[in-house]
Amino acid sequence: MTKYSALSVFLEGLRGNKSWSRAWRDPEPKAEYDVVIVGGGGHGLATAYYLAKEHGITNVAVVEKGWLGGGNTGRNTTIVRSNYMMPGNTLFYERSMKLWENLSQDLNFNVMISQRGQYNLCHSPGQMDAARRRGNVMRANGIDAELFDRAEVQQRLPYLDYSEHARFPIHGAIYQSRAGTARHDAVAWGFARGADQYGVDILQQREVTGYLYEGGKVVGVQTNKGDIKAGKVALCVAGHSGHLAQMAGLRLPIETHALQAFVTEPYKPLIDTVISFGAAHFYVSQSDKGGLVLGGDLDMYNSYAQRGGLPMVEHTLASAKALIPSLSRLKLLRHWAGVMDMSMDGSPFITKTPVDGLYLNGGWCYGGFKATPASGWCFAHTIAKDAPHEDNAEFTLDRFNRGYQIDEKGVGPQPNAH
Amino acid sequence: MIRIDCPICGLRTETEFTYGADATVTRPAMDETATQPWVDYVFNRDNPRGWHLEYWHHVQGCRQWLVLERNTLTHEVGSCRLAREVDHEAS
Amino acid sequence: MKRLETGGRIDREAPLSVSFDGTALSAFQGDTLSAAMLASGVTVVGRSFKYHRPRGVYAAGVEEPNALVHLRDGARHEPNVRATTTEVFDGLTCTSQNAWPNLRYDIGAVNNLFSRFLSAGFYYKTFIGPFRNSTRFWMMCETFIRKAAGMGRGTYLEDPDSYEKRHVHCDVLVIGGGAAGLTAALAAGRAGARVILVEQDSELGGAILSDPVGSDADNWRISVTKELGGMDNVQILTRTTAVGAYDSDTFVLIERVSDHLKAPENHQPRQRFWQVHAKRAVLASGAIERPLIFGGNDKPGVMLAHAARSYLNRYAVLVGDTIIVATNNDTAYQAAFDLGTAGANVTLLDARQSVDAALLAEAKGAGVTVKTGHGVLAAHGRGRVSAVEIAPIDAGGRATGPISRVPCDTLAISAGWTPSVHLWTQRHGKPGFDDASALFLAAPKETDALQTAGSVNAVETLEEVITQGFAQGAEAAKQAGADGAAGICPAAFAARDWPHDPDVIWGVFTRDGKTKGKAFVDLQHDVKVSDIDQAHQEGYVSVEHLKRYTTTGMATDQGKLSNMNALSRMAEQRGLRVPEVGTTTFRPPFIPTAIGALVGHEHGQHFRPTRLSPMHQWHVEHGAKLTQAGAWMRPWYYPQSGETLTAAYIREAAHAREHVGIIDVSTLGKIAVQGPDAAEFLNRIYVNGWKTLQVGRLRYGVMLREDGFVMDDGATARLGENDYFMTTTTANAAKVLGFAEHLLQTAWKDLRVHVTTVTDQWGTIAVAGPKARTLLSKVSDADLNREAVPNNHFVTATIADSPVRIHRMSYSGELAYEVYIPAGFATRVWERLIDAGTEFDLSPYGTEAMGALRIEKGHVAGPEIEGRTTLKDLGLEGFAASKKPFVGSVLRQRPVLDDPTRPTLVGLEIEGQVGAKAGSLLFPLQGETQGHGDGWVSSTTYSPALGKYIALGLLNNGKQRLGETIRVVNFVGNETLQAKVTSHHFFDPEGERQNG
Repeated sequence: MTKYSALSVFLEGLRGNKSWSRAWRDPEPKAEYDVVIVGGGGHGLATAYYLAKEHGITNVAVVEKGWLGGGNTGRNTTIVRSNYMMPGNTLFYERSMKLWENLSQDLNFNVMISQRGQYNLCHSPGQMDAARRRGNVMRANGIDAELFDRAEVQQRLPYLDYSEHARFPIHGAIYQSRAGTARHDAVAWGFARGADQYGVDILQQREVTGYLYEGGKVVGVQTNKGDIKAGKVALCVAGHSGHLAQMAGLRLPIETHALQAFVTEPYKPLIDTVISFGAAHFYVSQSDKGGLVLGGDLDMYNSYAQRGGLPMVEHTLASAKALIPSLSRLKLLRHWAGVMDMSMDGSPFITKTPVDGLYLNGGWCYGGFKATPASGWCFAHTIAKDAPHEDNAEFTLDRFNRGYQIDEKGVGPQPNAH
Repeated sequence: MIRIDCPICGLRTETEFTYGADATVTRPAMDETATQPWVDYVFNRDNPRGWHLEYWHHVQGCRQWLVLERNTLTHEVGSCRLAREVDHEAS
Repeated sequence: MKRLETGGRIDREAPLSVSFDGTALSAFQGDTLSAAMLASGVTVVGRSFKYHRPRGVYAAGVEEPNALVHLRDGARHEPNVRATTTEVFDGLTCTSQNAWPNLRYDIGAVNNLFSRFLSAGFYYKTFIGPFRNSTRFWMMCETFIRKAAGMGRGTYLEDPDSYEKRHVHCDVLVIGGGAAGLTAALAAGRAGARVILVEQDSELGGAILSDPVGSDADNWRISVTKELGGMDNVQILTRTTAVGAYDSDTFVLIERVSDHLKAPENHQPRQRFWQVHAKRAVLASGAIERPLIFGGNDKPGVMLAHAARSYLNRYAVLVGDTIIVATNNDTAYQAAFDLGTAGANVTLLDARQSVDAALLAEAKGAGVTVKTGHGVLAAHGRGRVSAVEIAPIDAGGRATGPISRVPCDTLAISAGWTPSVHLWTQRHGKPGFDDASALFLAAPKETDALQTAGSVNAVETLEEVITQGFAQGAEAAKQAGADGAAGICPAAFAARDWPHDPDVIWGVFTRDGKTKGKAFVDLQHDVKVSDIDQAHQEGYVSVEHLKRYTTTGMATDQGKLSNMNALSRMAEQRGLRVPEVGTTTFRPPFIPTAIGALVGHEHGQHFRPTRLSPMHQWHVEHGAKLTQAGAWMRPWYYPQSGETLTAAYIREAAHAREHVGIIDVSTLGKIAVQGPDAAEFLNRIYVNGWKTLQVGRLRYGVMLREDGFVMDDGATARLGENDYFMTTTTANAAKVLGFAEHLLQTAWKDLRVHVTTVTDQWGTIAVAGPKARTLLSKVSDADLNREAVPNNHFVTATIADSPVRIHRMSYSGELAYEVYIPAGFATRVWERLIDAGTEFDLSPYGTEAMGALRIEKGHVAGPEIEGRTTLKDLGLEGFAASKKPFVGSVLRQRPVLDDPTRPTLVGLEIEGQVGAKAGSLLFPLQGETQGHGDGWVSSTTYSPALGKYIALGLLNNGKQRLGETIRVVNFVGNETLQAKVTSHHFFDPEGERQNG
């Protein structure tokens, strides 16, 4: 395995890039693993990586029905941030941010963490108050946050609409300077390579079709290419959690919805930060390649189709132009959708399930990408110790029975509203 | 652009409607006092891949709640009935 | 490169002033910008993305990867404009992009020298930096990378042009105005269907426009177009691209109304967005020529064969004098013949070992030398191709014999055609693979509303293109319900066939299978054959990994030229067939589309609808400062000369307590609840009981969500036996109505109740203050004595000749009434109150003063009913009936929600002369200020009545902490205050004033 560095790139370049080794193996599956992780996206691969690294559990397989990183890991808008207010969320996402900050070094893979900051704009005094509460919770938990008034925002982001024609005038913004973006594909690849180096088997093109049971306990998975036995089976299939849970007889507090994303043609740098509109579900950043990455809203109806509906296309681009009028003559290059596990309170699950031997990581709503490292880290802990870490202690399935809804938006049990 | 054949208003585009919720869950009777039936109704879902029964609200039309058959994989639309005319137990 | 004296579809009588990088080009009406560039000898038109290699015009259509320019100046500046689809206009100015200091000497080209260190994915392997827990090193590198990347330069100027949207229905939408589309439209039109025919070019004809003027093909085009033009039921949209196919057979078309002009004229929009609902659609989008791959295949002077023919026949531009045509198929022969006939010295290299004898004979007649079994191994030249290395090759494209160097100035290449199945796959998913043609094709089912016809189906002969188009058009019309006769299909004209060859040679390689020099698969993104090999070597073998790791197919042409070749290379590397490697999913839009066009009018003030009170105009005319309340605009405060918000609200609130004030509360949600079971309905949806409410009275109510958290509050009046009038908060009006309708139509079908929004039917004015009764008694005919109308009663009356209803209830804590007025009379009543109020020192007040008054009274509002608070949290549990079930009555009792230590509503008296900020956190007086605190400040104000700063907050175990002094910490404002915990009923807790 080649260690990646400027030197290795130089030496390989001299040799005509002929001797790079595979980033991960394509192994034949063993008959049995200690842990089988279902889903080879960022979360599943991170779980495998941290199981090996933090807990020494290396007899692990990641089973992926398509190609690793081909689901939401490769479809999101690449934002990382830790601006969560509700107890149960705040410290979890900050753990993720801290892991992000060292991830490239840890994985020896440049996942391009760019802490270019994120502005959440406020368009009314009420939104400013809500932003202040969020910012104060962040600061009281050791997370950076600043609250800017309109003048400060205008000085920093002069290209937004400050005219009297703006339908929703900008009153100010809450800003997290450590927030930013990461290269989404690289996150999957980096974790895959890292896990593979510890001996984890990544089994692509293999779809889980059921579970193996012994006395009511899950002891493996059935796949379209044969059974694999496992001490523990861990689901990391956000978007399809309901489907995989149903195979085990579970109904989840999750609906699957399609979330749209957009990218423009590449341009020279225009926007050097991440900006979230407060008057509609819309945010924008610019990728290193120069494309403006636009995040839109859900199509509102349940969907497993990885394509978006037209009304939300129009709605999202209208938000873009309302916020930054000069985007009008720039051109949309492509738009697509990812399927989200929308949970009933907008917060995730990292937990044991009522089925012995089956563990669940899902319900990520929009927040999955930024959570990737901490999700893997906490899920690995939960699997290894058979008990949650304090950072994911509230991400259980029974919280709805208890009344512990972790509802960042306060919209209630309406999955398409989170 | 999903198009829905509202029994009252005829074929209309989805922008006139609001998606409501899963129409396969049944609201417990008002006098139900146990927690679990309410948790199941309010929070837990089958979330199927494929055909789904769901409530849509014709907010910019007749304001009727509709029960629409729709495929969550293809967005294909099937039958559309007035919710008040759907016998819930039978569906 | 030169302009010929005759021929082409340009108007030589109309020369236009066009410039590129400040140099004037020869251009005529009818030219595209790329044609003008070629006619003027412009060889290098742009620089590539990664290596900044000089690039020339490569294509003649939407697939162009190289010729991207900055078009126009100032606010109409547009980056990444394809010169090949830009019609020239008089005064056109454009400049090159992605080059510094200029196109000729571009510093960025240094990347080309270091390209071996910049191979696929190099950036994942380096720039990691030596510092743990820090992203600084990468971010420093990133700054430079970002500047070097990107293509064109955008501006921060507001777009001066307008866009509009049109929604239409038709029977048959025909996408593509080439031979197949024309006959499809003809058949459907003749059958009587309402047809829309959409063509992205400025003229109908498709590939026929690249045939010589006056040819049989051209005459055919004119005749069919003429017949179509005479049909009233056929709408022809040129300069219009079908960019997207969406659910329920909805198509998006973008019409470039004014882009061929210097600026829009006659109040026309720049572009028009068409949303088309078609009963049937025929996709006749044709095919795009595919390049051959070899070393140096990106050099200026290399272009697609069909493009060379287009420039010749359509624009009378001969792209070279000594031209090598390199192909693997028959179609490029016509280009070779036409170029030869036009005077170029043409040699044709055919990768196939054997070629139809008739074709060879024809070539001989046209003076074109043909070498079969030969290919171009590499192109050479500085700035432009000057010579090629050619070699005999085997069936795998590998050189088998001696290499010879042949001088030339142009290379016209063709590796076959790729059907444009984009719209079909947008709608229906991955295409199928056709073994006979080795192409990905649409696979429509008979029941699908989206049909396909012509070259998009890779049909082999023109005759078939025409008959298939005609048949599909007729079928579409029939399925759409048009029953007329389609008549006889127009006879075909002579054209070159496109015989299928499943074993096409897509590239030319050395004996050992390498390319000679850099051979580009994706020109714009500089993805080389060797990058694909490296991706394979490193395990990025799936098509999605390949795309993402190498960035092939992700440039502005979205892989229109590159996808098939990239797949072919990966298939070879893996020892698989192309369909086993798979293909990527095409995503909308088909071509890059201006955001403005997708937005239409919905920007600026019109981004969202604005709701206005019926009295809005009065507020504006009287200097009110307005604020947003959801979709509504409301008076925030009415400043007197130079007054700040703070000064104004304190004055207005104090004034209402001392004299009398009025506020426009028309934004309250109002719902008519009618029917014999209305009381039962209210009993279920509100937490409190409604069975005892008498006609003529009203009652405050709270409702919960299904999960037991507080949703909304408001008063409901009983107007008649079966007639109730519910009010909701402004924010939740739509939610409450939708929820009520849902319950009544799904779960409570047995209740005979109807709910109707009447928000817009009623204007509402709250009149508050000690003189409220006197004022209303003066203007109305009602007896408002406290005995006649106690609190929570209402009467009907007349004010200013308008019938009104006067509800006695108080939000401010003062003696107060709400006057409900038919919306059309609201301003009149408001003005009457203002006039009559002069003697009582009446003053209007805004929402900020209203907030101050309600905080003094401890009433909850949006900041407290924030979706996570319970009845108990808000001190409202006393309203909940214990003997009846209501919405949320079970789930509100879940253990966590019943926890007595939860944050509950308290009042906070702030110490000192500075107010607290809402959103501050609460902490005990001692200890660390860490974590989530003991609660938070929800609402805050200066209390004119108490003469101090007060606030509402939610504090853990708050009811037990009255009298305690706590800290109020605003971290983001760097401010810590102290406050005394009190009851939230700050002012007149006994309610003597409102009951007076």
